[in-house]
Amino acid sequence: MTAIAAATVASTLAACGGGDDGSSSSAEGGGENEASDIGVTEDSIKLGAHYPLTGVAAPGYSEIPTGVQAYFDCLNKEGGVYGRDIEFIFKDDAYNPSQTSQVTNELVLEEEIFAMMSGLGTPTHSAVVDFLNDEGVPDLFVSSGSLLWGENPEEYPMSFGWQTDYLSEGKIIGEYIANEFPDAKVGLFLQDDDFGQDGEEGIRQYLDDQIVAAERYVPGNTNVGPQIAALQAAGADFVVGFNVPSYTALSQLTALQLGYDPQWFYSNVGSDPNLVGGLLNRFSEGKVSDAALLDGALTTGYLPTVDMTDNPWIQEFSRIWDECGGEGELSNYRVYGMSQAYTMTQALQAAGQNPTREGLVEAVEAVGAEWEGPVFAPFRYSEDSHLGTSGMTIERIVGNGSEEVQPVRTTDIGDAPIEEFDKEPATPPANGIPDEEAYEG
Amino acid sequence: MSDLQSPTSAAAGKATDDAPTTSTAGANAPSAPTGTGRSFLPQSTLPRHLVVLVLSAVLAVVLLEVSSPYQNSQIATLSYYAIAAGGLTVLTGMNGQISLGHGALMAAGAYTTALFLDADEPLPLPVILLAAIVVATVVGALVGVAAARLHGPYLAGATLALAVGLPGLAIYFHDIFGGEQGMRVRAPQAPDAFESFVQTVSGNNASSTKWLAYVGVICLLITYFFLANLVRSRIGRTWRAVRDQEVAAELAGINLGAWRVLAFVVSAAAAGLAGGVLAIVVRLAAPSGFTLVLSLALLTAIVIGGLGSLLGALLGSALLVFLPPFVTNLGSDFGLNGTEAAQLAPFVYGVVLIVAMIFAPAGFVGTIRLRRMTAKARRGSAAQAKAAGANGG
Repeated sequence: MTAIAAATVASTLAACGGGDDGSSSSAEGGGENEASDIGVTEDSIKLGAHYPLTGVAAPGYSEIPTGVQAYFDCLNKEGGVYGRDIEFIFKDDAYNPSQTSQVTNELVLEEEIFAMMSGLGTPTHSAVVDFLNDEGVPDLFVSSGSLLWGENPEEYPMSFGWQTDYLSEGKIIGEYIANEFPDAKVGLFLQDDDFGQDGEEGIRQYLDDQIVAAERYVPGNTNVGPQIAALQAAGADFVVGFNVPSYTALSQLTALQLGYDPQWFYSNVGSDPNLVGGLLNRFSEGKVSDAALLDGALTTGYLPTVDMTDNPWIQEFSRIWDECGGEGELSNYRVYGMSQAYTMTQALQAAGQNPTREGLVEAVEAVGAEWEGPVFAPFRYSEDSHLGTSGMTIERIVGNGSEEVQPVRTTDIGDAPIEEFDKEPATPPANGIPDEEAYEG
Repeated sequence: MSDLQSPTSAAAGKATDDAPTTSTAGANAPSAPTGTGRSFLPQSTLPRHLVVLVLSAVLAVVLLEVSSPYQNSQIATLSYYAIAAGGLTVLTGMNGQISLGHGALMAAGAYTTALFLDADEPLPLPVILLAAIVVATVVGALVGVAAARLHGPYLAGATLALAVGLPGLAIYFHDIFGGEQGMRVRAPQAPDAFESFVQTVSGNNASSTKWLAYVGVICLLITYFFLANLVRSRIGRTWRAVRDQEVAAELAGINLGAWRVLAFVVSAAAAGLAGGVLAIVVRLAAPSGFTLVLSLALLTAIVIGGLGSLLGALLGSALLVFLPPFVTNLGSDFGLNGTEAAQLAPFVYGVVLIVAMIFAPAGFVGTIRLRRMTAKARRGSAAQAKAAGANGG
């Protein structure tokens, strides 16, 4: 009885933000579940997220929360985390920052979520990152490769990235091209924002002297003729695109019109063959029916994709989708959502039986770098970095799938070297549910 | 005393019987309450509006203190929509000019606010918001000069170009304006006086959400006070004259172009303030926040509420803010999944818009005013018929 009372006091202190890490003591076997912080009850934990479910950005991205939901549904059937069900609430922001701000207010102030997870988009999430950190809400695994969430934990102590940041991706691409295509004249096709800038900075670290042109497009302007023509005129025979999927389709169609046929390399964001194939079909009004144009293009990967049917993670996620998912097929976006939900489950397990917001963030910082999962390479979480995974493969697109041409290599931002990653890929645990120990502090 | 000047004369009665243009019925409230003994408010415009202002302020404080933190944040959102819609309703309802570009004018205000707050030692908030108003006013004046020469679809097209084009500047000059991902805005801290004020009034916690809601509501009340006075003044009457009868107005010595530009400028000033409030409430000024959808949302808000009526603009904005979460939650309660529930919101909003167009083409406020005027006219003519009958008998 006194032990429980003491634990309650400790967790109340921690909940107030000023407490030490006393709450994790109650995580030792046999303790009872308590409502240890906002959004946590004896039998549930509330998580929230924002995605574009309507509007121009909805195709593809709106599938991510269905993947997250399916994973949590299956997890809850197996007993959840410490006997608590995960309640996942996601809201539509239509990729509009003012709406992101509104729905985040709703999630934090009205729904009283324990933590935000997987909030999608750089401009959208920028609008709420200050608010979440001011309110002390853990802001885990933002669905964007911007450096903003992870580069400077002192500024945003509650925010964590998840996917490979665009700078590291650029470095890995740059090194690959410098090694494998030393004579290529490289042209860059970049989205004119941090996405393109970070990617360019990374690439230029390795093949600055091979680059003959760097062309930028402004999202929203659908005519990329001038940029593609400029790349052609500069004599580029190898084009690297840091662009979103719709501009992959536009650049392909424009190059087709201009009779321009370089080796293409699209960064991970813009390379989903299914989505690009659909877009090509739509933009060309049926003249190009699938992603055949993309055949032979190179891209990067940090997660298994649905075409890898013999990958054990994909098999496990297929099972989860069949048992707990809704309509439709398992897609790469759903795999992405499930993988994030998997990491989130690891984080909640590590936060202990009676998690607090502070405790959750401390646990991710302390042990997050050791977690294994569907992501190819480990996360970089520590007290000094909240950046997500850093490793990527290089893949060649074949049909609607891809084949690996370079195994996983890892790096970090700044002038960190690129290293081979030689660990065996992790295999999924039973039922696809991780089993992390509680972090004791 | 001649019959013509008598208020009970048939001629005067007929003049008020004539139904005004239905769509702008909301705009045509009398300059002073004509009915005797029905209102406790002062007859004269300024004192009457001052009383309403004070009452609204008290009501707002009560509302903000009894509502939850989330509802506070919704009220903050409502305030920037309502300020912009108020400006737009003066332009469209009072002066008959349509603008699809108010989202862009809000962007001008928002980016100004973001730039000023970005300084190491930012100026006081009221000064920054004033700067936002000035910048939007200048943009509005430039557009207004062009707009004054255009009509109907041409004006809609020109302002549409503004809505599409202006946010593009933020992407083009991305070194200054932060490009696609915009400028993050550090919301200004609440002064100590605010904390003690909230403590005395309700004992609630003075959170930053509450502070932003107060800033929004204060701006809203001031804006509506100015606009309400303006439309009841000679300026408002002139605008209505320009709207209803160009030829007659010109014959009466009114310079159509100058008055149209003035309406645009006033409207732009309100949009600029709205943008400033938006920037600090949303904590971001980014092009994706000022798409055409925003301009259209403002237009639908004033149409649903009743063109030309400030109360209508407020009601229409409230619908914009409160309807989507309400519908989404209702959808989830009925077992729809998150995505389906989210898609329900724009659908229901569309249905509400269509239903309003069919059954209440003058908007909420306009329809009520029309009803009241019709009833009054009927009573008036019934009384006349009675009097005529008595005379005849």
